Amino acid sequence: MSSVKDWAVPNPVSENRSGIIGKSVDRYEGRLKVTGTAPYAYEVEPPSTPVYGQAVSATIARGRILGIDTSAALASPGVKLVWTSENVPKQAARGERANPRSQRASNPTMGSDAVEFYGQTIAFVAADTLENAKAAAALINVTYDAQPATVDFLASLDQAEMPPGEDDTEIGDFSTGYRESSVKLDETYFSPIANHTQMEPCATTAWWDGDKVTVHTSIQMVKGGQHALAETLAIPSDKVHLITRYIGGGFGGKGQSYDDLTLAALAARELNQPVKVAYTRQQMFQATIHRPAVQMRVRLGAEADGRLNAFSIEAITHCARNVPFTEHAANFSRSLYASPNRLTGHRLVRMDLPGAGPMRAPGEATGMLSLECAMDELAEKLGLDPIELRIRNEPTVDPETGKPFSVRQLVSCMREGAQRFGWERRNPLPGKVQDGRWLVGMGMAAGIRGNFLLPAKAGIRITADGTVTLSQGMTDIGTGTYTILAQITAETLGVPLDQVRVELGDSDMPPAPGSGGQFGAATAGSAAFETGMVMRRTLAEMATGDPNSPLFGVDPTLVTFANGNIALENRSESLSTLIERVQPEGVYVEGSISPAADARDWSQHTYGAQFAEVGVDVVTGEVRLRRMFGVFAAGRILNAKTAKSQITGGMIWGIGTALTETNPIDPRYGSFLNQDMAGYLVPSHADIVNVDSMFLDEVDDKANPLGIKGVGELGICGTGAAIANAIYNACGVRLRDYPMTPDKVLKGLIAKGL
Amino acid sequence: MKPFTYERPKDIASAIKAMRANPAAKFLAGGTNLLDLMKSEIEHPPHLVDIGRLPLAAIENTRDGGLRIGAMTTNTQVASDARVRSLYPVLAQAIVSGGSAQLRNKATTGGNLMQRTRCAYFYDTAKPCNKRLPGSGCAALGGLNRNSAIFGTSDACIATNPSDMAVALAALDARIETLTAEGATRSLAVADMHRLPGDTPEIETELKSGELITSVIIPPAPPGGQIYRKVRDRASYAGALVSVAAVGGRVAWGGVALKPWRAEKTEAALVAGIEIPEAVGAELATAEPRGANSFKITLIGRLTAAALGETLAGRRA
Repeated sequence: MSSVKDWAVPNPVSENRSGIIGKSVDRYEGRLKVTGTAPYAYEVEPPSTPVYGQAVSATIARGRILGIDTSAALASPGVKLVWTSENVPKQAARGERANPRSQRASNPTMGSDAVEFYGQTIAFVAADTLENAKAAAALINVTYDAQPATVDFLASLDQAEMPPGEDDTEIGDFSTGYRESSVKLDETYFSPIANHTQMEPCATTAWWDGDKVTVHTSIQMVKGGQHALAETLAIPSDKVHLITRYIGGGFGGKGQSYDDLTLAALAARELNQPVKVAYTRQQMFQATIHRPAVQMRVRLGAEADGRLNAFSIEAITHCARNVPFTEHAANFSRSLYASPNRLTGHRLVRMDLPGAGPMRAPGEATGMLSLECAMDELAEKLGLDPIELRIRNEPTVDPETGKPFSVRQLVSCMREGAQRFGWERRNPLPGKVQDGRWLVGMGMAAGIRGNFLLPAKAGIRITADGTVTLSQGMTDIGTGTYTILAQITAETLGVPLDQVRVELGDSDMPPAPGSGGQFGAATAGSAAFETGMVMRRTLAEMATGDPNSPLFGVDPTLVTFANGNIALENRSESLSTLIERVQPEGVYVEGSISPAADARDWSQHTYGAQFAEVGVDVVTGEVRLRRMFGVFAAGRILNAKTAKSQITGGMIWGIGTALTETNPIDPRYGSFLNQDMAGYLVPSHADIVNVDSMFLDEVDDKANPLGIKGVGELGICGTGAAIANAIYNACGVRLRDYPMTPDKVLKGLIAKGL
Repeated sequence: MKPFTYERPKDIASAIKAMRANPAAKFLAGGTNLLDLMKSEIEHPPHLVDIGRLPLAAIENTRDGGLRIGAMTTNTQVASDARVRSLYPVLAQAIVSGGSAQLRNKATTGGNLMQRTRCAYFYDTAKPCNKRLPGSGCAALGGLNRNSAIFGTSDACIATNPSDMAVALAALDARIETLTAEGATRSLAVADMHRLPGDTPEIETELKSGELITSVIIPPAPPGGQIYRKVRDRASYAGALVSVAAVGGRVAWGGVALKPWRAEKTEAALVAGIEIPEAVGAELATAEPRGANSFKITLIGRLTAAALGETLAGRRA
């Protein structure tokens, strides 16, 4: 196993001689996407005429199906089959794992007549057209024995339990420290359920060749999907060929597979014909995972100079009754601010809802909505600037583990942001700046998000025409993975970018863990780099060992790679010449990356500072963003354009979190109120005015050989709190209940006599 | 989606005839609402009569100094017409605050008036809704009704009308002109075109089966300022929580009833010389909140007072 020390030595990426690393390179697949020629899973053309499937969803939250009348659906035009729990083909029981190395267990559909959440698949129709399938699905008549269901989170807090295998984390003596603090804060914040709202729904096109199934599906993890389907169908995983070339948004919601995958594969086998299945927009809201609501109690105890003496976040959240998941809203705080006495922990309510699960920065995105408001409130109590308060609590080592930080530029982010944003123009007294009917205010928040490296492999092939092809069972969920992998490969091998091809999203390719948890670029990129280094050594041996090469006999460790050539001083030849002569069928190598043995000796994170200016309509309580600026430190940046796109995308989501996004559960049914994008309000273009960001120069040589870190999730961290703090600064209304809609703000304005 | 047939008549007479031949048919104009409803299994017309290309897309001056707006003008066309913008800025403002640019490019004046409620329970086919399935009940009544109506509701329906344009037209005393299935021309006020729910919320307008809106006629505007102001959860592509069209001392409200709501008590009080806040309060006294939507009373009151403060500025000083 390697050590992080091995990563500090100069390498082609850190030397960046061609300057490809960091450049604003256009998206590799951009032209295909904007011309509509990048086939997404549902659009893939199967080998013969497909059949279209439609899942039917339960309309109770908990109970049993007494009967399903499918006669009208079966008689409906074009219908090929109708399945319920009574006649669906046999699948492995839920949670079964015939192959202990499978990353995912069996996840059968319609396994019994039990209903565990509103939206659960209870029937399936396949027909010659999508329209006929949907029309027939609407004719299915279900009778239920509905049982009482727990669906109202705030009414069920008394059922909160310690999450399985967890415990509270206490350092020092929180209650004494808090009691003895001279300035105290004890407030509760609420973050509601949120939906991923990917543009592309979950979708699968499946067909069989003999005993092997090919599935094109929309999923963030190639191996996870392959293994889940293999376990569910009780077949070896090499009998599942899973392909996921383009993904129209995942955000954590497609970290797992859904019934579209299982049903398409089962129906294609049954009908001996390709089958396409996609979730409807309504099913995307109702039948996939969501970010759970979190109630967070924050207690801060400080001395008069602002130093924290006691600090606590206690978070209560929820998950599906039989699918444990904890939104760890307190975890981030364990590395953020210094304080000798600390208490953090989580409680979980099991509910009869669809699965709660990860969404962009799970834990951080919700948790920072509380603490980063609380710090703003504490700063006001202390008469300190909110940035100054944070600087006074900046730790020198990780405040809970005592480990050194790999690199920590949080204070620089705040200082740089303050200067560029014009923070000194903020009036610390709320409600003092007016622009017509708008009260104007500024707010800021810190951001932190962990960084990870997982094991991954990659393969590189160079053909005699000089084309370099990187192949990896990695996904690009719209973030720019194709592009950065092309850049890393080109820079590592010293070839022009247009000589590099990237092939992703195929279970036959060397495996990578996929996209999620902000680990994608670092993990897949490091594997691509290591594979490039294997290729360099292979080519160097090849050239120096070939009597016909101008490099014959030189020390292979001294050769360089640039401009598509392999060279030593004035001796050189092109890679294509070398390969055509020595190995005309092409050269293929594989390489891999693993976490360093000592990687956990450092506390390793990405950091940010978010600054927002909002206007609050003094008549209506409407909040409109006027400008927003974020400064981030996330290691070496591979592509200025795609990184900025991703980080500002996170900020934009945070704006939705602060102002609009929520999906209330109707307690009578256990269903979401909003089931389309006209009702579930993500920010529109008009909401996003003047949002900008920048990255600080940084290399984290403890992270991986490239010194890079993830930027996928950092952008949303702290954003909502910065906006909440700006609302307070604008009008003096302190809201702790997200999203901050006009009705809530108006109530506050009236209470203040405005 | 249920199978349906489709035709595109060449002229208005053929369109009327097509509807007479198939009373269950629906007119299709821009399709921005109807097609969504068909895909969601909420509307199931067996036949569509596409009127989108009928010669009803002109905006003409009327003799009295007003405008006649053809029913097939697009929302974008009307909102960007120089005469509309100078004579009826309230209408242009209302239209551009509705939908999105893409929707407004397709949506028509006639279709805008015929669009159906955005009540989430109306769209959720698994829930009772007397509009969608008469007699099934109203899920919004005991449900999540932050966005429901506060005027003119019934125990059968508390939905709101989603049109912004209609609110401005109501304040402008605009009228629609129609052609009935029998071929007769008639006219009625926009403010009277939509029905309150009563016991039959599924009957949404006074139009008879097969009746076609051909134009909207706007009389000259009264003196005073014109303002359309809409409160919504996000800056674009969101229905009104509440909205107000103030035209001099005339007031119409959106987002508070199943029709554009003329605040007649407020208007009468203003005519009687009563101060703006009290005048607004006169209409609000008749509001019937349903719990979560009670904030709308305060909100529309503040919004209207602010709007009237501007449209009546100078006149009342």
